Amino acid sequence: MNRYSAWAVFKNGLSGHRGWTRQWRDPEPKKAYDIVIVGAGLHGLATAYYLAKNHGLRNIAVLEKGWLGGGNAGRNTTIVRSNYMMPGNREFYEHSLKLWENLSHDLNYNVMFSQRYHVTLLHSPAARDAAARRYNTMRLTGSDGELWDLATLKAEIPHLNYNNARFPITGAAVQKRAGNARHDAIAWGYARAADSLGVDIIQNCEVTGVTRNGGEVSALETSRGTIAAKKVGFAVAGNSSRLWQMAGLGRLPIESHKLQAFVSEPLKPLLDHVVVFGVGGAHFYISQSDKGGMVFGGDLDWYKSYAQRGNLPMVQDVAECATSIMPCLGRVRLLRHWAGVMDMSMDGSPFICKTSLKNLYLNAGWNYGGFKASPASGWYFADLIANDRPDPVIENHDLERFRRGVNIDERGAGPDPKLHG
Amino acid sequence: MIIINCPFCGPRDHSEFGYGGDASIDYPALDAPMDEWHDAIFLRENICGMQAETWHHVNGCRMWLIVERDTMTHEIKSVRPAHGGNAAVLENVAEGGES
Ligand SMILES: Cc1cc2nc3c(=O)[nH]c(=O)nc-3n(C[C@H](O)[C@H](O)[C@H](O)COP(=O)(O)OP(=O)(O)OC[C@H]3O[C@@H](n4cnc5c(N)ncnc54)[C@H](O)[C@@H]3O)c2cc1C
Ligand SMILES: [Zn+2]
Repeated sequence: MNRYSAWAVFKNGLSGHRGWTRQWRDPEPKKAYDIVIVGAGLHGLATAYYLAKNHGLRNIAVLEKGWLGGGNAGRNTTIVRSNYMMPGNREFYEHSLKLWENLSHDLNYNVMFSQRYHVTLLHSPAARDAAARRYNTMRLTGSDGELWDLATLKAEIPHLNYNNARFPITGAAVQKRAGNARHDAIAWGYARAADSLGVDIIQNCEVTGVTRNGGEVSALETSRGTIAAKKVGFAVAGNSSRLWQMAGLGRLPIESHKLQAFVSEPLKPLLDHVVVFGVGGAHFYISQSDKGGMVFGGDLDWYKSYAQRGNLPMVQDVAECATSIMPCLGRVRLLRHWAGVMDMSMDGSPFICKTSLKNLYLNAGWNYGGFKASPASGWYFADLIANDRPDPVIENHDLERFRRGVNIDERGAGPDPKLHG
Repeated sequence: MIIINCPFCGPRDHSEFGYGGDASIDYPALDAPMDEWHDAIFLRENICGMQAETWHHVNGCRMWLIVERDTMTHEIKSVRPAHGGNAAVLENVAEGGES
């Protein structure tokens, strides 16, 4: 692997930049591996990386049906934060945020993590009280959070709709260490780092069947032949139920729904922070990319779907939210919009767990919050696979939690996947 | 866009409808064992393909419908009232019968 540094840029400059090599290999799949991870999204790639780095394991493959980072990894609005309140989630997402803070160095890859503040607009005394409770709880876990009054908010973000909003803005709840990162860069960074530790990343390799030997998985049938594995981890986001059924395991507490994202034509610097707006049924989040595009999104397309394409009523809904809090966007043109398939769980929280098959592990149920989770998800999933037991932080992130009466429901929305965010 | 052919109102855009979920789920008896309730409340087949699901014509006649829809292509195969009894009553009223 070419190590990236200022010196490397200089040195390669002397030879006309012809010395750079490809970032990861394109190996032929072997007949067998010790560990096979299905899905080269952020969670699969991060898992492979930490299996190799933290646990010294080799002989690992990541199988991807398309190209790496082509699923939700490449489709999200890149918000990274740790303002979760439920026990388990709190520690998990704060650990993830800490990993983000050092990720560029760790991977020797600029993931462009920008801690630009996550600003949740508040519109009522009740919302302010709820935010105070949440942010104080977070602070007890060593996370950061603060409340802004209206004057502070106006000074920081002057061009929100303070004049005639249907729901007047009264202040904000802010996490300053939160922000954005470059989605492709983290996929590529994990891929390159994992590859350099010997992980085979095999693209265009769709898993089409799971061969079982009683209570174990013995091999995976793929579009590139049979691949035997001692341990198997699923990290296929919106396709979790399909893999689950290939393994003959029946039903999961998951529904697949689609979520859209939008980017506008590039503008001059307008918005320094991530701004979130949610009141009266609205749900909207917006930031500005380094290229100048306004990147934003809203709610799910409200019905179950495996199609990676969005509907038009949501375009209108999200556009209405945009102009209601930032009227200055009224004449800005939409450049592109797209959709990804989310693995929405029954309580809005994920699963990183063992399964009823001895050597099969599941990583799923990320709803639309799995981008920020990627580093910790890989970290704890690798630990689970290597040691065959969950770390205490994820002990309730298993499939049996509902049977025990445990719901990790941040929104308090109940067991209806489409209501979680 | 999806057009749902409501048996009461005719073809309407899906933005008029709320979404329920998997219509194949039957809730067990109130005193059924906890495991049966767990499965009905929390587990889903999450079919990729044709599935029966409930939709609510919330901005129309407000009737619940059962729609057979492909979750990958969004093609709709059939639409019928979720509560056949209600439909019969309505038809009866429309024909001048007793309500
Ligand atoms: C529009 C949108 C906005 C979002 N915004 C945010 C946000 O702001 N912040 C945040 O934290 N999260 C956000 N998310 C959620 C986040 O993107 C996902 O939770 C996360 O990317 C899921 O993990 P992943 O990267 O591993 O998934 P993916 O990238 O989807 O990886 C799964 C991979 O599995 C592969 N696969 C599937 N089936 C098979 C098979 N049979 N064989 C082989 N490979 C297979 C797929 O091709 C895919 O590449 C958003 C998601 C979307 C769609
Ligand atoms: Zn109707």
